[in-house]
Amino acid sequence: MLKFVSKNALLLGLSATLCVGLIAGVNLLTKERIAAQTLAQKVALLQEVLPAGTADLSILDNCIYIEDKAVFGVARTPIYRTQVNNQTVYVVETTAPDGYSGNIELLAAIRSDATILAVRTLKHQETPGLGDKIDMQKGDWMLSFNGVQVQGVDDKRIAVRKDGGQFDQFTGATITPRAVVGAVKRAAIYLQQHPELAHQPSACQPATSEQ
Amino acid sequence: MSNFRELMQQGLWRNNPGLVQLLGLCPLLATSSSLTNAIGLGLATMLVLASTNLMISLVRNQVPAEIRIPVFVMIIAAVVTAIEQLMHAYTFALYQSLGIFIPLIVTNCIVIGRAEAFASKNPPLAAVFDGLMMGAGFCLVLVALGAIREILGQGTLFAGAETLLGSWASVLKITVYHADSHFLLAILPPGAFLVLGFLIAGKNALDLRKKASEASQKGSIQRARVTHVNTNN
Repeated sequence: MLKFVSKNALLLGLSATLCVGLIAGVNLLTKERIAAQTLAQKVALLQEVLPAGTADLSILDNCIYIEDKAVFGVARTPIYRTQVNNQTVYVVETTAPDGYSGNIELLAAIRSDATILAVRTLKHQETPGLGDKIDMQKGDWMLSFNGVQVQGVDDKRIAVRKDGGQFDQFTGATITPRAVVGAVKRAAIYLQQHPELAHQPSACQPATSEQ
Repeated sequence: MSNFRELMQQGLWRNNPGLVQLLGLCPLLATSSSLTNAIGLGLATMLVLASTNLMISLVRNQVPAEIRIPVFVMIIAAVVTAIEQLMHAYTFALYQSLGIFIPLIVTNCIVIGRAEAFASKNPPLAAVFDGLMMGAGFCLVLVALGAIREILGQGTLFAGAETLLGSWASVLKITVYHADSHFLLAILPPGAFLVLGFLIAGKNALDLRKKASEASQKGSIQRARVTHVNTNN
């Protein structure tokens, strides 16, 4: 009986070892490629929001973290900094917490004078066919942010038309664009009101040093 | 049983995992909102089924019956994790759009089902073939479901094909019709259940008709009454 049990236990242990070995082997083979792909995707996203020719890997090494949930929707927000035409541009991963179906994660490039360069949606669960036009694959609504300058908290233009602003709402979905516009506006005003952010030392580990 | 023609018929039609066994409904319904996702997950499942069937068939004589289930589960989990890592590395965009559903292949009952019911009792070649055919049957249902839902819900076919095949594939996108408001229900989860229901009904109708015509051919000799339809054997 004991022999029978220990034989089975040994066999189980052996197959567990083999399975873990398989996973470890594949992991070793694919690790570098996965890291490179993740990095390449980040750079591709930066290129989406920054003016042509100004996005490169080095931006990922120059960042600060802000802890202000009221403005950026999450507890800790990374903000990348770069210079475009001698002006500081922030690339911020902000979150609209008041989407129709959970958080909407955004990537926005905003100049220090509160001019919005471009905004893209990183992640959302808005209703397909209605709210998902904030996805660049479904529509070009996000382009309506390009070049808009926010003139302070009372700037009525930075809102959906229903609220008296200049941004179109979608048929059957006002909550989604309202949430996106609100999040971008809050971020732009925050960055304009905190010029010291441009001079804080970088808090990021260089993303490129692992390679 | 290990007749290849028989295996093919079982996997693709008579014992189809999606339409007859109704196994793996969670990924089937969740990832079939577009044709591209459907093909991606269908191929991944097929690959998993063929590889796990092969490995389980290879060790079937070494693993005692008492511990076979834990060993099968470990093999399946290891193979799925390996395939997930490979997809993460080589089809990054597809990996992102399928997200959680690749690791969830582990919980697809069809995988452990074929391991226990077929691979643990048959030689490697037959087991691989069974895995491929069951996977293909699953994949075909997924593709049919994905295509129907995408056409109804978005009016397109192959939208986002570039996530599967690389940037050149964006030319594959076909706009079937253009309307201001699409049939939203088709993309939402209830639409998946409805379309799958129609597919199953269609298959049953075809089977019934075939059975009826066979019965009427024999009818001159013997009287056949179809009082019960046995879909399993």
